[in-house]
Amino acid sequence: MRILEKILGRRPHWGVHPDDHKRPAADAPLRSLPLPEVLHVPLQQHVGNPARPVVLVGERVLKGDLIAEPNGNISAPVHAPTSGWISAIGEITAAHPSGLSQLAITITADGADAWCERVPVADPFALAPEEISRRTAAAGVVGLGGATFPAAVKFNLGRRLQVGTLIVNGGECEPYLSSDDRMMRDRAAEVVDGLRIVMHAIGAREALIGIEDNKPQAIAAMRVAAAAFGNVQLRVVPARYPMGSDKQLIQTLTGKEVPADARAAEVGVLVHNVSTCAAVHRAVRRGEPLVERIVTLNGGALTRPGNVLAPIGTPVVDLLRFAGVSERPARLVLGGPMMGIVLPHARVPIVKGASGILAFDAAEARTPPAGPCIRCGSCTRACPMGLLPLEMASRIGVGDLDSAAGLGLSDCIGCGCCAYVCPAHIPLVQFFSHAKGELSARERSRLRNDATRRLAEDRAARLAREAQEKAAANARRKAERDAAKAAVGGGSRLLSTRIADTTSEAAT
Amino acid sequence: MIPPRPAGPVAAPHATAGTNVTRVMLWVCAALLPATLFGFWLYGWPAIHLWWLTTASAIAGEALCLRLRRQAVLPSLCDASALLTGWLLALSLPPWAPWWVGVVGGLFATVIGKQVFGGLGQNLFNPAMVARVMLLISFPVPMTAWTAPLPLRSANAPGFVDGLWITFGARPEALDAMSSATLFGYARSELSRGVDLLQSLAATQAPTINLLGERAGSLGETASLLIAAGGLLLLGLRLITWHIPFAMLATLALFASFMHSLDPARYLSVSTHLLSGAAMLGAFFIATDYVTSPNTAAGQLVFGAGVGFLSYVIRTWGGYPEGVAFAVLLMNALTPVIDRYVKPRIYGRDRRGMPLEIES
Ligand code: SF4
Ligand code: SF4
Repeated sequence: MRILEKILGRRPHWGVHPDDHKRPAADAPLRSLPLPEVLHVPLQQHVGNPARPVVLVGERVLKGDLIAEPNGNISAPVHAPTSGWISAIGEITAAHPSGLSQLAITITADGADAWCERVPVADPFALAPEEISRRTAAAGVVGLGGATFPAAVKFNLGRRLQVGTLIVNGGECEPYLSSDDRMMRDRAAEVVDGLRIVMHAIGAREALIGIEDNKPQAIAAMRVAAAAFGNVQLRVVPARYPMGSDKQLIQTLTGKEVPADARAAEVGVLVHNVSTCAAVHRAVRRGEPLVERIVTLNGGALTRPGNVLAPIGTPVVDLLRFAGVSERPARLVLGGPMMGIVLPHARVPIVKGASGILAFDAAEARTPPAGPCIRCGSCTRACPMGLLPLEMASRIGVGDLDSAAGLGLSDCIGCGCCAYVCPAHIPLVQFFSHAKGELSARERSRLRNDATRRLAEDRAARLAREAQEKAAANARRKAERDAAKAAVGGGSRLLSTRIADTTSEAAT
Repeated sequence: MIPPRPAGPVAAPHATAGTNVTRVMLWVCAALLPATLFGFWLYGWPAIHLWWLTTASAIAGEALCLRLRRQAVLPSLCDASALLTGWLLALSLPPWAPWWVGVVGGLFATVIGKQVFGGLGQNLFNPAMVARVMLLISFPVPMTAWTAPLPLRSANAPGFVDGLWITFGARPEALDAMSSATLFGYARSELSRGVDLLQSLAATQAPTINLLGERAGSLGETASLLIAAGGLLLLGLRLITWHIPFAMLATLALFASFMHSLDPARYLSVSTHLLSGAAMLGAFFIATDYVTSPNTAAGQLVFGAGVGFLSYVIRTWGGYPEGVAFAVLLMNALTPVIDRYVKPRIYGRDRRGMPLEIES
């Protein structure tokens, strides 16, 4: 089988090659956004529990002050992105297509942008790895590639599983986006220093930086920055979506495949995004919490696309205004076009995981109508996970979620390659996310039903046991009464004979 | 079946590869164009009339069914799949076949071969081949009356009107002499008379292998090289992958060379098998039909090899001289089975679907 796979190519053609669209935004120099007047800082900007506010309305804060603390093991603190005062703690529209609300702390800026006291560290490599984790966690650093997993939690996992290789993800395969590209071009030294700190934190021996070959300037800059460190290697990988997905990058760089249901750390690698590394550098070396990020502004409706350095919590509308809107955007997308989500309106704020805001014009937003599947197999060839999207979708279409799950629905990473290539424009990913949601809802209700049933069974068992005990007690009492009655009557002779028997036995 | 679009807001991806079903079908038609035009030139006006009659009836059959099923007719017709079906069928007919062969075949292809199953994407069998086999079984005489090439420029080639006369059933007496056999038909009948191939193919009247395809045969089989060129175009455009054509042609060649080396007097050579008959058309345009072939690369290799093997068997020992259509239909029937057992390996899992062992 292995040989056959070799001949057929071991999944050589996974993924797709979407039109780039990164230029001219990627080549425009990084700009700083003028300080917004009001910032809405959501309490949930990471995977895990939302943070808990530690400030009150009316309180003054400095840039970098803790305003919400982590809540639970997988959570991250939130800091004030600028100086000002807390003007509200309440619900705002979440950056989610549903338009549901979420809790956020609103800060009215005072314009001074004054930092709180920062504690720099001259030599992070003298610190204990645990201390680096602690500082990273306290700075609220989460995965900036979009997954927003708290970085320090991953460090601890890597340390526990003795991960040998740190993989630094400079893939950025989504079309339109270039925030990581800019980060590598403009701040390569920070990225490399950050990744070396991460290596120290997890005890990794080597680091592999994977950069797609469509970013020559980033490759050049990173090569210079990494040259001094023998255990940090730069690897140019082919530009192919979804190269920025952990599993695909790991496979490309190391040949290792992460088993289903396992974590990358279990095969000895840990993946961190380049921007996350830079944030670790700032958190540890300079004591700066994560309060801003590079955001790509792109799309046909913008006149001056590019990358901006924006405080977390900046309303999208401020970013659009800065980039110049030429026409009313037909669709606003947070993230890249392949996996990004549609924003309900432009008043939602950007979050730590917001790598880009895309304002599509009418042509870019056009969704062709779906037709019948012609079984062309393009989706199967494009799927980086080796799934059969058309089969899964047709099962889901007739409501047979279980057999879709049997085909590997849970392995789908939602990358969108299948829907991208489908000539019939079938919204395959929508089917999968719908089915995944349905299955997990079903699982939850199954667990709940199980729990209810267990409770009911326990209760029935308890009642039965109690009834039995009562009956047994009654029987015993009755027996005692009978015995007492017998002792009063002819029973006494019997009793004395028995005692005599026992004593004679003991004597012999 | 068209799965219903799940309710909810617009979701990712917000980009598409910019292709669509119509474009795919039209590219396939475009790839057929050179061979078709060459066939027109070779066989003249009757062939042209047969071609448009066949495609038009295929389209009409599709429209009729869509109408009866109360579906929007125009958008579905615009996917050009009926055009392609009719076209492929026309390419597989004797070029001077009477009009009703084309009309019955075209209607049968889309109505029975496709719409009865539920329309685009639902049919188990290749509609064009279903129609061709039906015609061959029902009307063996006109379906095996082949014409020797009579290029448009030649003196006694029928003109537009004569062509109509021929197609519509009033074949001028003088042209009857043109009836001929395809190479496979000829070889078979000579063999059955006890004349071995070495003699029969050497005889002067024998239809020899001519790379330009100037011999008796259907529109889509004589110009094998032009068909293959169209197939290469499809490969280049990545509309098809190499798996099915390669597996089919390689299997066919393998068996042909083995048997030919055993007894050249009884078994035709590799080049004959590859370059005459519907081998090229079948390999690049018919066996690769999306709807009726497997979806995975490995499944396509199995499928292609099956078509190649069955084509050889039917051509050599079967009841009909040409076997590609039957071979494709037989393998179509196996496609669901192949798709069921030949699946890609899921990332992170072994072939049985269990998570891989952790290696570090
Ligand atoms: S890409 Fe679309 S049309 Fe082609 S097989 Fe997949 S779902 Fe069907
Ligand atoms: S099935 Fe899932 S993993 Fe495969 S291409 Fe589609 S979205 Fe990506």
